[in-house]
Amino acid sequence: MNTDKIASEEIAKQLSRKRLNHLQALEAESLYILREAVAEFAHPVMLYSIGKDSSVMLRLAQKAFYPGKMPFPLLHIDTSYKFPQMIAFRDEYTKSIGAELIVHRNEAAIAQGASPWKLGTQNCCGALKTRSLLDALNEGGFDAAFGGARRDEEKSRAKERVYSFRDAAGQWDPKNQRPELWSLYNSRLRKGESIRVFPLSNWTELDIWLYLYTEQIPIVPLYFAEEREAVIRGGMITMLHPGMQLLPSEKPEKMMLRMRSLGCMPCTGAIRSHAETLPQIIQELIGFRRSEREGRAIDHDEEGSMELKKREGYF
Amino acid sequence: MISQPQGWEIEQKHSLEQRFRQFLDGHLEQEMLRFTTAGSVDDGKSTLIGRLLHDTRNIYEDQLASIRASRVNRSGRDVDLSLLTDGLRAEREQGITIDVAYRYFSTARRKFIIADTPGHEQYTRNMATGASTADVAIVLIDARAFKRVGELLPQSRRHTYIASLLRIPHVVAAINKMDLVDYSPEIFDQVSAEFSELADRLELKSIEVIPVSALCGDNVVERSQRMDWYGGPTLLEYLETAPLALREASGEPLRFPVQLVARPNAEFRGFAGRVERGEVRTGMRVRALPSGRVTTVKRILTYDGELPAAGFPLSVTLELEDEIDLSRGEMLVSETQLAPHIRSSFRAMVVWMHAEPLSEGRTYLAKHTTRTVRASVRRIRYRVDIHSIEHQQSSQLQMNDIAEVEFTTGLPLFFDAYADNREMGALILMDPVTNATVGAAMIVSDLDEGGRHTALEEARCGEQEAALVWLRGREQVAAALLERIRQAGRAAVILDDPLIPDSSLPAVMRALQLAKVTGISSRSDLSRATLAALQELAGPRFFTTAEAAATLAEAAPSQEAK
Repeated sequence: MNTDKIASEEIAKQLSRKRLNHLQALEAESLYILREAVAEFAHPVMLYSIGKDSSVMLRLAQKAFYPGKMPFPLLHIDTSYKFPQMIAFRDEYTKSIGAELIVHRNEAAIAQGASPWKLGTQNCCGALKTRSLLDALNEGGFDAAFGGARRDEEKSRAKERVYSFRDAAGQWDPKNQRPELWSLYNSRLRKGESIRVFPLSNWTELDIWLYLYTEQIPIVPLYFAEEREAVIRGGMITMLHPGMQLLPSEKPEKMMLRMRSLGCMPCTGAIRSHAETLPQIIQELIGFRRSEREGRAIDHDEEGSMELKKREGYF
Repeated sequence: MISQPQGWEIEQKHSLEQRFRQFLDGHLEQEMLRFTTAGSVDDGKSTLIGRLLHDTRNIYEDQLASIRASRVNRSGRDVDLSLLTDGLRAEREQGITIDVAYRYFSTARRKFIIADTPGHEQYTRNMATGASTADVAIVLIDARAFKRVGELLPQSRRHTYIASLLRIPHVVAAINKMDLVDYSPEIFDQVSAEFSELADRLELKSIEVIPVSALCGDNVVERSQRMDWYGGPTLLEYLETAPLALREASGEPLRFPVQLVARPNAEFRGFAGRVERGEVRTGMRVRALPSGRVTTVKRILTYDGELPAAGFPLSVTLELEDEIDLSRGEMLVSETQLAPHIRSSFRAMVVWMHAEPLSEGRTYLAKHTTRTVRASVRRIRYRVDIHSIEHQQSSQLQMNDIAEVEFTTGLPLFFDAYADNREMGALILMDPVTNATVGAAMIVSDLDEGGRHTALEEARCGEQEAALVWLRGREQVAAALLERIRQAGRAAVILDDPLIPDSSLPAVMRALQLAKVTGISSRSDLSRATLAALQELAGPRFFTTAEAAATLAEAAPSQEAK
C-alpha cells in the first residue's frame, strides 16, 4: 500500500545505529501509557476512528502487549456519514490483525435524519458523535477509553492531560483536571467517572506521518492523491459522495485530491495534492502552510469552538 | 517565456529528491528535548514561545491569520505572538495563562516539547508539573523590572528555586525586554551576576544566561545585531545543544519496575515494563524485589524482534530463566549493581497542590513507579518560605506550599533519592476519598532508624505483620487460633481449601502478606520445596505452635483493625 520498501530498510538500519531518536522516544512513552492504563483500569476500550492517528495508535497497542493480543476491543462511532472507503478499510484491517471491533451508531438520531444541513455542524456532531460515544461507553461499562488525540492539533488540546478525567456525565472540566507529573498517572475513579487516555499526546502530525512511513502501516487510500470529483462548497473542496445533493449552481469537477484528515463526508474538505506515496505526503507536509484541522468545518464555527465541544464530552 | 534545457529540469528534480532524502534522514535522526518556561504574567513568556515557534517557521498561515484577526492585541505590534499559546477562553478573557500547555516545534536538529507553565505566584503547582519532565528550564527575567527595582524580582527567585527543587538538569535565564533597556550590557552584567549567585546558592549544576528581546526577536532564533557585545549562544542554539537527560539515566544501576505480567499462553510468562534507569541485557543476573529471588534474563522481547540489551527509557517485555513470583508494583534490579532503598519510611520534599491542606497524621495514597501504597504523614519537618527560601515551622500545608515531610507507608517502596534518579524518587499523592491528585513528592532519603535492617529484611518488615502458622494435622487447634486472632482484631484465614494445591501456597502467602492477613494451615503434609519457600517468605513470623503465634498476634494489633 504505497510503500517504499527499500527506503524503509535503509531507515531501519539507521534506527538501529542511533541510540534513541524522537520517534523511538515517543513510541516508548506511548507503550508505557498503554500498559499503565491496561494495568490499572478494569474495562478499557480503544476509540478507533479509522484515521491515520488511529492507525498509529493501533500499531502501538499491538507493540505494547506483544507477544500477547490487545487486551481490549476497538470502538468505532459510526455517524453514517463516513466515506465508504473508510468503512471498507475498517472491516478489512481490523479483521486482518484479529482485533475485536464494536461499531456503535446513534440509530434513533440517524432515523430522524440528523444531518449537518438540518441541525448545523455543532448539533449534528453532538448527536451523532458525542451522544453516541457517551452511550457506547456507558453500554459497554468502559471506565477508560484510549483516544488518538494529539496536543498539537488545536489550542484547547494543548492543555489536555494524558489521562483526561471525565465526570459521571462524560464531561470535561478544564479547571478540574488532575495535575500530571513525571509519568505517574492517577487512574483512581469513583463509580460512573471515566478517563480518556491519550497515548499520542506528544506526537505531532509530522511524527505520525514519519512513523506510518518507517513502520509501513496501512492507511485508508483517501489519504493519497487521486483524480476525484468534487465541488467547492463554502470555500471547502467537498468530494462527491453517496447521498450528496448538488446545488443547481454546482458543477462537479475532476481534480487531483486527497484528504489530510478523515471525518464525515459532508464536513471534511479535501486538499489539492499530487502526493501519491507516503514520502510525497511527508514532502508536501513540510511545505504546508496551513494546519491540518483547517479543513474541518466543526472547528471554525466559532472561536474556541473545540473547547466548547470538549466540555460536552467530545473527544 | 524562457525555455529551460531538459537536463536542468532533471537535475533540479534530482536535487529536490536528494534534499528530501536529507530531510527525511535528518528527521529520523532527530533527538527529543523537553523544556519548560517559567516567568510571571508580565515577563513576556507567551511572547517568547510565540517568537520561538514563529521564527523557526512552525506556525501555519491559518493560525497566524486567526491571531491577526483576533480582537485582542496587547503587543503594540502587528501581530501579538503571545496569542499563539494562550489557548482557553477563560485565559484569553483574563489575559493570563491558567494551566500547563504543551507546545511542539522542531528544527533540523531536534524535536522540542515545551511545557508552557504559568508563573503567577499562586501557580507553583503548575510550574512543578511542567518542570517534572523537563530537560531544560527557561527562567524569564524582565530586564526593565530589574533596572527599576535594582535586583532580581522575588518571582524570578521563586522560579529558579522550583527549577532546582524539581532537579531540572539545565537552567537558562533569558533576560528579556532588552529592547526596553537600550540593549545595555551593564544591565545584563548585573542580572547575570545576581542570577549566578542565586544559582550557586541553589547548587544548580548547569546554567546559562542569555540576553533576549522576545518582542523584537533578538537572540531568540536570530542573533541580535543590537547586542554585538554578547558572544554566547542564542536561545535556540542553546536548546539545540543542551545535553539530554536520557544520557544521564542510561548509566547503572538498573531499575525495571514491572507494569504488567504477560501470559499470552501457558508456556510463556513475560514481564512488561519500562527501563527507568540503566540497561538490562540478556544473560544478566537480576534480583526480584521484594522477594529477593535471583534469576537470569532469558530474552528481551519487542514487537520488532528480540533485543540483546535495552536501556532507559525503552518499553520492553522480559522473559526470565526461572519461574519466580513477580507482579505489577514489584521490581527487577541487577544482582551486582547498587540496590535501591527498600523502606517503608522516608522523607520527601512535597509540593502541595490541593485546596484542602496537608496535615500531620493524615493518610494518602502514594503512587511510586508502578506501586500504589498508603502513605501517612508522620511529621512536617519544615515549610519552605518561597520568598526567602528559608525554613519555617508548620503543621499544615496549604495549596502551593513546599515542605519537607516524613512519611511512613503501609508497604515498603523500592526507591532511590530523587536527586539520583527522578523516576525512582518521585511520587504523587492522591486523596483516598476524592481520588484527586493532591501533591507531588520527591524523596530526599530514607529515615535512618539506627540502620538495623538490611534492605531485604526491611522489605519483609512492612509485610511481616502477617504470620504463617503451620499446625500439622491439628485442625481444631487451627480453628481455635483463628478465632483468637480475629478476636484480637486482626485478620487471619485458614489455608486448607483443597482447591489450593501445595505448590500454590507460597503465592497465596505472598498475597496474604501484602494484605497483612495471617495464614493458618493444618495440612498434614507439605512438600519440602513449599515448606522452604514458606519459611523464607514468613521469616521470623513462621510459627509451628498456636501459643507463639497468638502472643505475637495479640501483642501488636494492627491500626487498620481498630
